[in-house]
Amino acid sequence: MGLLSDPNRRRALIGMLTRLNAPICMICYMAGVAWFMGLAFEPFTLRTYMSENAMGSTMVEERFPAGERALATGREFAAHKKKTGGMPVDWLVRTMQARGLEVYTQRFSRKLPFPDEDKERYMVKGTNVYGILRAPRAPRTEALVLSAPCSPGNENNQAVGILLGLAQYFRSQIYWAKDIIFLVNEHDLIGMQAWLEGYHHTNTTGMDWSPLQGRGGSIQAALSLELSSDVVTSLDLVLEGLNGQLPNLDLANLFYAFCQKIGVLCTTQGKLPRNDWDTTSGYSHAVQTMMLMVLKQASSRPWGDHGLFLRYHIEAASIKGVNSFRPYKTDATTVGRLLEGMYRKLNNLLERLHQSYFFYLMPSLTRFVSIGYYMPAFGLLALILLLRALDLWVQLSSPPTRTTEDGVEVVPASPGVLSILTPLVISHLTGVALYTLPVLSQELAVEHFPVSETEAVVLTAIAIYTAGLALPHNTHRLLAGEGTEQGWKVLKLVAVLYLAVLLGCTALINFSLGFILALTLVPLAAFITPHVPKTLSAVVMVILSPGLTLLFAVFFFQELQETPVTLQEGWMLYLSVISQGILDHALYGSLLYPLAALLVYPCWLLFWNILFWK
Amino acid sequence: MLLCLTDGGIALFCVNPTSWQIIVFIYIYIYIYIYIYMGNVHSDKAGQFFNSGHTNNWAVLVCTSRFWFNYRHVANTLSVYRSVKRLGIPDSRIVLMLADDMACNHRNPKPATVFSHKNMELNVYGDDVEVDYRGYEVTVENFLRVLTGRLPASTPRSKRLLSDDRSNILIYLTGHGGNGFLKFQDSEEISNVELADAFEQMWQKRRYNELLFIIDTCQGASMYERFYSPNLMALASSQVGEDSLSHQPDLAIGVHLMDRYTFYLLEFLEDIHPSSTTNMNQLFKVCPKSQCVSTPGHRTDLFLRDPGRVLITDFFGSVRKVEITMETINLSSPMEPLPERINCTVHILYMCINKHIIPTAIIMYYVPRQKLLRDVFPCT
Repeated sequence: MGLLSDPNRRRALIGMLTRLNAPICMICYMAGVAWFMGLAFEPFTLRTYMSENAMGSTMVEERFPAGERALATGREFAAHKKKTGGMPVDWLVRTMQARGLEVYTQRFSRKLPFPDEDKERYMVKGTNVYGILRAPRAPRTEALVLSAPCSPGNENNQAVGILLGLAQYFRSQIYWAKDIIFLVNEHDLIGMQAWLEGYHHTNTTGMDWSPLQGRGGSIQAALSLELSSDVVTSLDLVLEGLNGQLPNLDLANLFYAFCQKIGVLCTTQGKLPRNDWDTTSGYSHAVQTMMLMVLKQASSRPWGDHGLFLRYHIEAASIKGVNSFRPYKTDATTVGRLLEGMYRKLNNLLERLHQSYFFYLMPSLTRFVSIGYYMPAFGLLALILLLRALDLWVQLSSPPTRTTEDGVEVVPASPGVLSILTPLVISHLTGVALYTLPVLSQELAVEHFPVSETEAVVLTAIAIYTAGLALPHNTHRLLAGEGTEQGWKVLKLVAVLYLAVLLGCTALINFSLGFILALTLVPLAAFITPHVPKTLSAVVMVILSPGLTLLFAVFFFQELQETPVTLQEGWMLYLSVISQGILDHALYGSLLYPLAALLVYPCWLLFWNILFWK
Repeated sequence: MLLCLTDGGIALFCVNPTSWQIIVFIYIYIYIYIYIYMGNVHSDKAGQFFNSGHTNNWAVLVCTSRFWFNYRHVANTLSVYRSVKRLGIPDSRIVLMLADDMACNHRNPKPATVFSHKNMELNVYGDDVEVDYRGYEVTVENFLRVLTGRLPASTPRSKRLLSDDRSNILIYLTGHGGNGFLKFQDSEEISNVELADAFEQMWQKRRYNELLFIIDTCQGASMYERFYSPNLMALASSQVGEDSLSHQPDLAIGVHLMDRYTFYLLEFLEDIHPSSTTNMNQLFKVCPKSQCVSTPGHRTDLFLRDPGRVLITDFFGSVRKVEITMETINLSSPMEPLPERINCTVHILYMCINKHIIPTAIIMYYVPRQKLLRDVFPCT
């Protein structure tokens, strides 16, 4: 007979499962963490390689000559920007037209749900200016985008200068098979969102924009350039986009291939590449780079203007110029040549980039880990939840009988639906409150407390989060009678399965977010019962809760970026992170805030309820 | 010393010769030998005149891949087209199938050109390219229909292979291939079995006299493994399990321009002129492993003639073998009585040896009539 259908063997298997459950869970957890840490170890990673046949190798001759002229244009742009106090629309239109592009503008406006204190804006009005270079002989079916943001102050002037310089150079070439759109967007991500929505005729975030007069066909790839100095020492590639989406790895490979060819130092996550993978410091460097990528991906926000393109299945990346204290500098002509080479190769594309991986982690620019290699780390953590669920199922299906005073064996009554449903409903209602109330009640809070709107929103969120901790006591007042042993087991079973499904779905879309949540929530879910010591486990639960995980992540992120913060600064950063999360959701449709408020927090509350089960 | 003329071991007469008699005998021997030899040579050359068997040449040149990054396959085919045209096969006898238009591709920085050498030395597109099957018309079905002649009645003559049983056909295929197949247009394949069967159909319908099949793809040798019809000779750029590599990229155009095997084949063919006597054995040596990285292969077991006797121009050129003569040539009896003039022997020797060196094609081409032995010897 088979393993599972033979009752004896099944009983033995089940016995082993119930006896060894805790040790197996511990082993799985440690194995999962070890597997994740091992991903950064170089022999376990693969070298990056170009998968797209059409892009071939880097055998084009880059001939862009006019780096100095581009910088001069950038200075002119800066002067006009200062004069108009914002985007110099007229000057840009005239300059782009002088270079032979078809120029169009787009106005947009947006009222944020509450003021953004990081970027100091509330009512945002702006104009995007873009010029289309039509392909000389090709039909207007495909396009490539090069964008540079118009930032306030002295930032990104050189980026716009190089953009205009490249526009002039590209215009005199006849080998373009796709239209090239040169976009200067105002108010960085908000402007980019308005432009993309206008281009694709969608309106998902309630922004107000004027329709685009000129269009170029379906966009195959996009690059966003951020350059704030005349010379650079290295170019940093930013890949993480909205909701943790990443562009096709071939785009990163293309960038790296040209960096190699031209001889520019290229980095990812701002970390310099190292060769000594077999030393501890080399390995920890790789781990740091990978953890930075994981944290950035888990934050679900776009880390460059490119981040919003990914949602439309347009492969996009941001290139940031970094000017540090290294002796070897790269001038603007070389940067222009690198971009020219990349665009010539993208020009050869016949289909969207799809040959290489969409899900990967990069411990360095030359090494990557694909989904097939990193998923088992999460799988081991999810296994713990499934083992716990099996254990509970076994316990529930063979309940210990109780003998009453009469000596009659009574099987304890199975818990009523109400006793399970009530905690579920109340937790989710709390989650809904956490999602909606902070933004809705900001006026109320501002009236009664001496705080700004942003602080009001954030503090309301934290207050609702903490208020949820008091729930179990209130829940039980609603329930008639006391909860049974069976009751909490059923609730825990439901909660564990709910958590497993939630984390599984999250990890599929955004592995980093799923993994980080799993790291903290899975041990919690596995070991919480009403019988563990209450105060200690309450403290542990609070520490492992999503809110505090975020706090620790903020501190850890700052450490990894080599700018550690004090407790005070860290707390302020934490508050701004919460406000940015809420704003991202409102402005661009980031899913972290609704996921955390509507699904993860109620799940955690369920376990809190189980802890205080009576 | 006794000098005996023997016949079958029976001494006919034995002489004790003097010195001048020895010389005479030596000369007579040389005479007879040379005469017989010359007769044989004549009949050989005359035999060769009719032995190559073909009266017309055709070429079917196919490039099976499309897309800009397969520029080199179109350049391959066009360079063979150029050689074949230069050596005399006219457009009416060439079926050129190009799966994509590289010259007018939007990405071509030099429109209306296809280069085979970097730095744009050689434009193989030229001014008078006639492409018979273009773009999506290059399919396996069309290729097989061209070979076997099963075309609908509405097909124009330029798209037909109107060969007969005296045609020598050159078939050149290039593209992406694998073990036993060749990929057409990124969507279909032709297998080596299909190809062999198509050639058998051609043989049974007597659509060729001899066929030279050249293929420049990865694992090209697998394509001729299954041939079973007679009079087929095949060359491939790489063996099974090997990749055919591309030769050189051009940085201004941004793609590889040619494949190695065809590059060296083109170099080899540039030295061939219509009256070359280079034979197939030299073609087999084109692009050794040191240059090609892959090992080119060839197959001659189905070919009835010795490849060393097959001229390149038998397939690549359209050499007319025309000779106008006023005299009758009685080829059945090459031996003719000669006047015995001893003082002409030296002259004979000299002329005969020289004549032996002069290649047949030159004789055929330049010499207006076949010279008989007695014409050469003014002494007679």
